[in-house]
Amino acid sequence: MALLQNAGTLLGKELRTELRSRELVTTTFVFILMVVVLFSFTFDPTSAESRRFGPGLLWIAFLFAASIMLQPSFLREQTNDTLSALRLAVSDPFAIFLAKLAANTIFLLLTEVLLLPIFAVLYNVAIWRVAPQLLLVLFAGSVGVSVAGTAISAISSQARMRELLLPLLLLPLLTPVLIASTEATAALLADDPVLRWDWLRFLFAFDVVFLTALWLFGEYLLEE
Amino acid sequence: MSAALAPLKLRFENVEKRYGSLLALRRLSLQIEHGQAVVLVGRNGSGKTTLLRIAAGLIRPSSGRVILSDEAEGPRARVGFVAHQTMLYDELTAEENLFLFARLHGIRKPAPRVEELLGEAGLRERRASLVRTFSRGMRQRLTIARALLEQPSLLLLDEPGTGLDVPGLLWLAGTLRRLRDAGCALVMSLHGQSELSALATRAIRLEAGAVAADSAVTGAVEPVLQVAGA
Repeated sequence: MALLQNAGTLLGKELRTELRSRELVTTTFVFILMVVVLFSFTFDPTSAESRRFGPGLLWIAFLFAASIMLQPSFLREQTNDTLSALRLAVSDPFAIFLAKLAANTIFLLLTEVLLLPIFAVLYNVAIWRVAPQLLLVLFAGSVGVSVAGTAISAISSQARMRELLLPLLLLPLLTPVLIASTEATAALLADDPVLRWDWLRFLFAFDVVFLTALWLFGEYLLEE
Repeated sequence: MSAALAPLKLRFENVEKRYGSLLALRRLSLQIEHGQAVVLVGRNGSGKTTLLRIAAGLIRPSSGRVILSDEAEGPRARVGFVAHQTMLYDELTAEENLFLFARLHGIRKPAPRVEELLGEAGLRERRASLVRTFSRGMRQRLTIARALLEQPSLLLLDEPGTGLDVPGLLWLAGTLRRLRDAGCALVMSLHGQSELSALATRAIRLEAGAVAADSAVTGAVEPVLQVAGA
């Protein structure tokens, strides 16, 4: 109970600070927008090509954007040593991770939802008829990205060359999420849309495995 | 704040800390009792900050043991820590910072405690200002207020006078004196003689990660502080 209360309190802090600065969501949204627009202008894909390549492009853009978004997650706790204050205050350090990954998932989902209509227009892809299923895939994929990304962010924030380390560790680790999310999205954007439960189950399994690992070993990631 | 606190002991048993090839603490053994005000002195790099961070549970020793006598209650339940850095969120207001940490500490009705500490720290009128707009001294007052939220039985302070003007130092000295008299164990690192060193009931001089002098052994506090050039 204390774990959830602490996580809720910290999530409130994460949302409040982001609402004031709007740094993460704005930067990430602009980055994804640039990637999607530049690809659209470069390849000028037809509707059929968009359905074929669009999902992969979309998730690669999300992944690169996530690596930008996740970088400051623990790094900004170093500025005033607030991470030490949090470690002294919470009874279970998993609360810190839970709050961070919830906040990161919310920020990532927000940028994805903002971008989807732009993607649909630029790539001439009909997303409205499968919007609820697409949101489910985005949610499962985003949780996977956030869980793994939050853990790597904690590791890299204490390392030298931290800006380079996070994408180097994160992107290979997220390859399974990229493949599963892309396949599930592609199936939804096909001529006969279908929700691929096999890929969704894979994504949820990835989420559960990494969440469990974070719960078990997270404390060690926060140590100096 | 002057209510008597449950007694707490801090014991270091042969504690060593290595950072690669550097030995920051060498087989350090000491015991700190409740109600003691221990001043740590020593040159830069002598191990004061490492000792305090190990005592706070933020760093794991490479070998040896650190024992807090109230571990049944949760090892860090009643330990307050004032570090070099402010440990505050610049993007939150003074009040929001205190409420955040009060809730994390499990204080059920934090408003009266937050109100009391804002008043004591002289920050009541700036309660709604973002911390990033504060001067260094105001930040330090708020940092100390944050560390006092839970009425600690052990308070660790790493150069707590940093940035404080004379009224700020007097406020801090008065607050620490009340805590000490109520049974709180104080361990603070200091660099110079100030209003704070007058609080010491014990002084320890560290050299190269080991205890070079301890007034608990030598008998008087003042010589240990002076030998260090503090």
